[in-house]
Amino acid sequence: MSKKPEKKEVGTTGHSWDGIEELNNPLPRWWVWIFYITIVWGIWYTIAYPAWPLLKGATEGYLGYSTRAEVAADIAAVDAKNADLVGRLEAADLNALSGDAELYQFAINGGRAVFAANCSQCHGSGAAGAKGYPNLLDNDWLWGGMIEDIAFTVTNGIRNEHSPDARWTEMPAFGELLSKEEIAAVVEHVRAISGQEADAALAAAGETVYLDNCAACHGDVGEGLRDMGAPTLNDAIWLYGGDVATLTETVTNARFGVMPAWSDAYHPAGGLSAAEINAVAAYVHQLGGGE
Amino acid sequence: MSSSDTPPSLYAAREPVFPRRVSGFFRSLKWWIMAFTLGIYYLTPWIRWDRGPEMPDQAVLVDLASRRFFFFWIEIWPHEFYFVAGLLIMAGLGLFLFTSALGRVWCGYACPQTVWTDLFILVERWIEGDRNARVRLWNAKWSLHKARLRITKWIVWALIGLATGGAWVFYFTDAPTLLVNLVQGTAHPIAYSTMFILTATTFFFGGIAREQVCIYACPWPRIQAAMMDEDTITIGYRDWRGEPRGKLRKGETGPAQGDCIDCMACVNVCPMGIDIRNGQQMECITCGLCIDACDDMMAKIGKPRGLVDYLALKDEVDERAHRKHAPIMKHIFRPRTILYTALWSVIGFALVFALFIRPEIDMTVAPVRNPTYIVQSDGTVRNVYDVRLRNKQGEPRPFGLSLNIGTNLSIHVEGVDGTLVIVPADEMKQVRVYVDAPKGSPESTTDRSPFTFWVTDLNNQDRASVGTIFNGRTN
Repeated sequence: MSKKPEKKEVGTTGHSWDGIEELNNPLPRWWVWIFYITIVWGIWYTIAYPAWPLLKGATEGYLGYSTRAEVAADIAAVDAKNADLVGRLEAADLNALSGDAELYQFAINGGRAVFAANCSQCHGSGAAGAKGYPNLLDNDWLWGGMIEDIAFTVTNGIRNEHSPDARWTEMPAFGELLSKEEIAAVVEHVRAISGQEADAALAAAGETVYLDNCAACHGDVGEGLRDMGAPTLNDAIWLYGGDVATLTETVTNARFGVMPAWSDAYHPAGGLSAAEINAVAAYVHQLGGGE
Repeated sequence: MSSSDTPPSLYAAREPVFPRRVSGFFRSLKWWIMAFTLGIYYLTPWIRWDRGPEMPDQAVLVDLASRRFFFFWIEIWPHEFYFVAGLLIMAGLGLFLFTSALGRVWCGYACPQTVWTDLFILVERWIEGDRNARVRLWNAKWSLHKARLRITKWIVWALIGLATGGAWVFYFTDAPTLLVNLVQGTAHPIAYSTMFILTATTFFFGGIAREQVCIYACPWPRIQAAMMDEDTITIGYRDWRGEPRGKLRKGETGPAQGDCIDCMACVNVCPMGIDIRNGQQMECITCGLCIDACDDMMAKIGKPRGLVDYLALKDEVDERAHRKHAPIMKHIFRPRTILYTALWSVIGFALVFALFIRPEIDMTVAPVRNPTYIVQSDGTVRNVYDVRLRNKQGEPRPFGLSLNIGTNLSIHVEGVDGTLVIVPADEMKQVRVYVDAPKGSPESTTDRSPFTFWVTDLNNQDRASVGTIFNGRTN
């Protein structure tokens, strides 16, 4: 193969490795022009758009463009698009919500976001709850699991000072009312009716204590009472724990679980709107335990 | 250290290339390939294919909005993207195969850059005349005549570019509807901007940049050397036959003169503007037009054809030693090309096989692990699964979900009384499925119990299954 003769001798860059020299071939004209144009473009860009950092912030740019303003405009556009659905959700009959497929889907999707932002801190991102914070996935409800019950609980909360309608009951601390022996007996009785291992003799003795002190709220056989928010004791679900130590502490000192009132009627700055409350109620209701 | 005294210019002006008209076998082959490839490109979006009332009836459609790719009877969903990846790998291997066997045959015949440039040069020749007329016009001062020819040419180029960009957007939505919308001015701005960009790039690459794209912009010419060896068929000049070259004058042909009469035919027809007699070079796209030009000239002066010809590097050695060189098939069939062919075929067969065993029912099961299990008030242990059902047919289908027999587990679907899920035509539906283990059952107290989801198409009893795990309560 013969070498292509150079029409014009090309100089070298002076770099030479093992006798191989680097030719200094010029660039094509269009390439060089594009290179110059990009430089001009770069200068124009820093004038037109926010670019140069200053001590506080940066130059604003001749075009006044701002990503923050663009996001705000996008959010406003989405809000405008959803305004009709939000209005319908605010006025919706919650028991009939699942009949309106479009609105129901909108409520669940929105409720998922509301839950993640406001509820998951206590109830968990998967709504499985924690000790003292009810699991929302199961079929056990302290104050009712209908979608309207859930919406009421979210609106007014539990045992708080903000909403006059907050669900409010208080278990007495039986440490001041019962002797240690009586408490030990009633704990065994509660373990027996909930199907756990229990000392039969103590449990039998505890039944009298239970009927005298606990049955008014928790029911004769431990079936609980929703009007009082009194947990069912004869099932497999425990809010604080069903072992002897936890039960003893619960009976001795009582429990006082508090949930904020989420309605923006009580928290004008950070509360939830009626539509948001309906949405999160619909979301929680369809997690598997709703009634 | 060696450097020139005067600093070199930073840029090199393009030296214009004015390829002359040529005819012959390879030129005809290129015309046919151009007609075939451009025909495929421009006409494919207009082929109709009936898929049922709820489905698009365009044979080849990239439906970005609903994330489907339609190719005649094949429909690709996003989770089947490996088909596209496989086709791309096959395209790559095919390119390797052709390059190692036939050199830059892709560049010379089938590359869009070559095909469109060829088309643009054809238009240029129709309007401005052949090589000599074009050189004259290039050197002429601007006049009404020159302006008329130039503007006519540019308009035709722009129309070709417009058709190119237009055809492109037709692949992405229903072509007849889009054409009406485009004409009425009601199509989506993205359609117009895409067409504008492709019109501009076609005009620039085919009309102005041409061979510069291959020389400066395209990485492929530089990579190809790695796939070529001394058996690869490229274009060669038989300088042992042609040299010393010289003008043919009546009665002056000395015995020492070679066959090359230095007529420059091979140079004048070259779309890359090179002289093939200088040997194989980076710019050469092996389009074969110089062979046609030289053969034509050799026939006129009564010499055998093939002074410029498709040759392998090995052939040169053989011919210089006056041996008969190996037949072309011997060059092509060698371990390297056989290996490429084998790899290409394996992937091809695998893709076709995968296409045929694609299930009609597609189900994926994702266990919800937040939390891993839920205890109900009666002591039942529940696991939750996100089940996705894909209906790849053109009508809604009722699916029934069930579990394998011999398990204590029971199943129900969120928001539904039983386990019936109706999935709309050509859509995926995700449902939340609850699986319960009764209190005291082995599954309710075992860490991991395998079980199987079954899905049945209640119309035709087609079934599919997915195995997964149930997490019991162990504390």
